[in-house]
Amino acid sequence: MTEWIISILLLIGGAFVLVGSIGLVKMPDFYMRLHGPTKATTLGMASLLTAAMVFFSTTQAGLSVKEILISLFLLLTAPVSAYMMIKSAIHHKLDSIERTKGKDNIEDDV
Amino acid sequence: MRIEAKFKWLPTPLRSLLLFLVWLLLNNSVSAGHIVLAVILAIVIPLATSPFRTKQPLILKPGLALRHLMLVLYDIITANVQVAILILGPNKKLTPGFVKVPLDLTQSLPITILASTVSLTPGTVSAEVYPWAESLTEGAEPEQRFLLIHVLNLKDEQALINTIKQRYEAPLKEIFQC
Repeated sequence: MTEWIISILLLIGGAFVLVGSIGLVKMPDFYMRLHGPTKATTLGMASLLTAAMVFFSTTQAGLSVKEILISLFLLLTAPVSAYMMIKSAIHHKLDSIERTKGKDNIEDDV
Repeated sequence: MRIEAKFKWLPTPLRSLLLFLVWLLLNNSVSAGHIVLAVILAIVIPLATSPFRTKQPLILKPGLALRHLMLVLYDIITANVQVAILILGPNKKLTPGFVKVPLDLTQSLPITILASTVSLTPGTVSAEVYPWAESLTEGAEPEQRFLLIHVLNLKDEQALINTIKQRYEAPLKEIFQC
């Protein structure tokens, strides 16, 4: 039974991480490419870590909770790193694709 | 909004709690020795580091904060599925866009939390806070600030701004009482 749970969690996690990576390759410009890794990956990693938690809690003595910490750190760092990347992209005036709306909302650097 | 803590020896109560929990989680044990050590660390570290920190508003409604956290976690899960569908669909259908969201928040800690939640929730990544921090004069009255976000599939700009303001900003205003 636990094997089934672990396998399903691993599959879900792997699928989301894969989708995030596909987004990284497939999207046409930098700003859109950022959406894949910031979101699709968080749930993927969470599933993988839950699978690890279930696995180590059932096969070894005692509850394994370190994985919660890893997910917590991922949740904290994903938005911050996305923010730093998009900030530097704006600073370098990277092109976004033609049909991007509201480009005039970007203000110039001081 | 309250900046100073109730007790001088406990400048940031929730951060102390977090340190306590993180220490126990890192050691993966709840033995008496580790609990004592965690309590000592949770009191000493905030005390030692508080002189270096810029004072930020404290969380005044912990219950509401917990509820908001649950809402955000739920939204992260739906966001993942939505973005996955958008990514796998045809590129041509996507209409990306930059949107400027006017903020009611003025303090930097609530704004940081809002920007991070926006990054983790459906189809949006926060990009910048206007006006530029460098252009602000010290001690001046805080002016209207904006959050620039990039949207993967922009349909209705006003509806998106309203959602962000009601769903994520209003609870933060309640939690920090500012």
